[in-house]
Amino acid sequence: MADRDAFDSEAGSLGASPDAVQFRFREDDMAGDATVTVDAFLAQSDASAVRIEPGDDTRELLPHLARLTLVEVNFPSFGDGRGYSAARILREEGYRGELRAVGDIGVDQLSHMRRCGFDAFAPERPLGEADAERALATWDNVYQHAVDTKLGAWRTIAQKRHGAGA
Amino acid sequence: MYRYDNYDQAMVDARVEEFRDQTRRRLDGSLSEDQFKPLRLMNGLYLQLHAYMLRVAIPYGTLNSRQLIALGDIADKYDRGYGHFTTRQNLQYNWVKLANAPEILADLAKVEMHAIQTSGNCIRNISSDHFAGAAADELVDPRPYAELLRQWSSFHPEFTYLPRKFKIAVIAAEKDRAAMRLHDIGIQIVERDGEIGARFFVGGGMGRTPMIAPMIREFVPLDQLVTYAEACLRVYNRYGRRDNKYKARIKILVHELGAEEYTRQVEEEFAHLLKVGVEPPREELERIKGFFTEPPFEDGPKQVDRSDPDFALWLRNNTHRHKHDCYVSAVISLKPVGGIPGDASGEQMRLMARLAKEYSFDELRIMHTQNVVLPHVRIADLPALWTALDEAGLGASNMDTIEDMIACPGLDYCSLANARSIPLAQRISERFDAAGKTEKLGELKLKISGCINACGHHHAGHIGILGVDRKGVENYQLSLGGSEAEDVSLAKITGPGFTEDGVIEAVEKVTDVYLERKEGEERFLDTYRRIGMEPFKEALYG
Repeated sequence: MADRDAFDSEAGSLGASPDAVQFRFREDDMAGDATVTVDAFLAQSDASAVRIEPGDDTRELLPHLARLTLVEVNFPSFGDGRGYSAARILREEGYRGELRAVGDIGVDQLSHMRRCGFDAFAPERPLGEADAERALATWDNVYQHAVDTKLGAWRTIAQKRHGAGA
Repeated sequence: MYRYDNYDQAMVDARVEEFRDQTRRRLDGSLSEDQFKPLRLMNGLYLQLHAYMLRVAIPYGTLNSRQLIALGDIADKYDRGYGHFTTRQNLQYNWVKLANAPEILADLAKVEMHAIQTSGNCIRNISSDHFAGAAADELVDPRPYAELLRQWSSFHPEFTYLPRKFKIAVIAAEKDRAAMRLHDIGIQIVERDGEIGARFFVGGGMGRTPMIAPMIREFVPLDQLVTYAEACLRVYNRYGRRDNKYKARIKILVHELGAEEYTRQVEEEFAHLLKVGVEPPREELERIKGFFTEPPFEDGPKQVDRSDPDFALWLRNNTHRHKHDCYVSAVISLKPVGGIPGDASGEQMRLMARLAKEYSFDELRIMHTQNVVLPHVRIADLPALWTALDEAGLGASNMDTIEDMIACPGLDYCSLANARSIPLAQRISERFDAAGKTEKLGELKLKISGCINACGHHHAGHIGILGVDRKGVENYQLSLGGSEAEDVSLAKITGPGFTEDGVIEAVEKVTDVYLERKEGEERFLDTYRRIGMEPFKEALYG
């Protein structure tokens, strides 16, 4: 993961509270705001944190991205992959605040979640740190575009094959 | 054919190490079976009735002799000396030990193979026309597009936990030899005003609720192919049903929304993704195409001595017209009379590999009908090839006949099955062969599934058989009139089901109706379409 610099940081150390964030890959201070549901968020004007559930339409948040500092995406079950699309959409639309995966998250989901733009993880069962570190370092290269390649830190295999102009 | 570079190899090697670590954690108890299951499934490892089954990916059904030799060696070393070719042009080992799985994956990686995404709710191995790059009737070789999509879909971070499994087929001929419209996404490479592009069909499938995919986009320019596929998948990932496993395939979403509304949502997402920019550089497609250039064909005889009637029959049934008129594609039938459809021994695999090297520019294909193709055989070499095949028990001249059945593993192996498929297939081929009826019936696609999940494609059979459980007894439903080809249609059930003996009688009866009523060169399917279900029902239940 050596050339993941702009998206990576040394800040990914074990966190404790709030919300039992175990891994965080951001330099800024953790937002301590209580998160609210998407419906509640859309109904009030001052909240700066929101929690997306699998059935929510992430795009409803797009007009309000500027005031958001924390978006939690809940995975009630790791097999429900809607949150991966939610994360990518937010990043594709320019959201740069904390994007935190919460819920049923295992070490084997971490690398894909990172690629989709998550930069904080609050698993409901704490993960083995060595296993998580190994899982995050699984891939030296990636085939397809995702949030990481779009932020400029990473390039796809095809881009590497065809040089700078590709 | 496609060869890995260091990047492709590193991806597969990384996956072997990852799975070795996951297996270690399962064996030491730090992963529960529930947690391990989706991970082993992503690597093609299923827990079946009696043992683990490992499914190996054969991308778009193409492989070389070195790879097939490795598959044969694995069959001997880690299985019981057999492998089973599948309807996704893959290979399954039915008797694998969990502790050996990482070693098998490591052996596969040495020959640029893997079991990645051969199961689980992700994008599965992409299938294609088994005569790709050889068929006289193709527009272009569809495999470069399949390879581009293979790379895009491998370890896709957004689409690894889809509502359900996802299957893509790519063809480039009007004739559909890949059941393209019975896929989640079927892509036909087409030409429009001198430009090559992709036609998208979305929402087909078999299973409990068979559906034929509607066309949702007539022409996607090639430099937007991956972007369009990504849009199709994203709409599915966000809105596909997750409340009911049996309604989770994309066909249900497309059906419930309506093709028009689904298409509208895809187009919206497509417009967004075009702005994001997810398409690989165009040079990548050109690089891939470089691996699929024509072998150095040479002129030679266009005819061969057909005085041996057995050889003449094999020639007629098991060869296909090649784009070079001094060559043919030759089909090696894995449907010997009374055999297990799609099975090959380690020894047979090594022999087929040797023949591919000698006679077919080192290339083989797996057909979705569970046979093997040598795509480029000189017509002059056919007698020698046939003799070698025949000596090895691989010379059956029954392609597309009633003996060339697709049958799922059924209750002999599968934990989902309600009824056995293999013994039924064996008995039917023995019976029709003994009666000398196979040839008279001509093209007749019989497909057998041992449960409603339809792995044996019974919905698409000219004759389909579905095994069900009827008060604890195996029972078989008969259906007629399906096709997976360009004249795609779904078979209709004839009426009440039959016992095992009864369904064999029933197949006999419907074929008799065909022989009596057939006009001219009609196939069974044509006669059925002309005269309808009634005469067949009458013969069965009248």
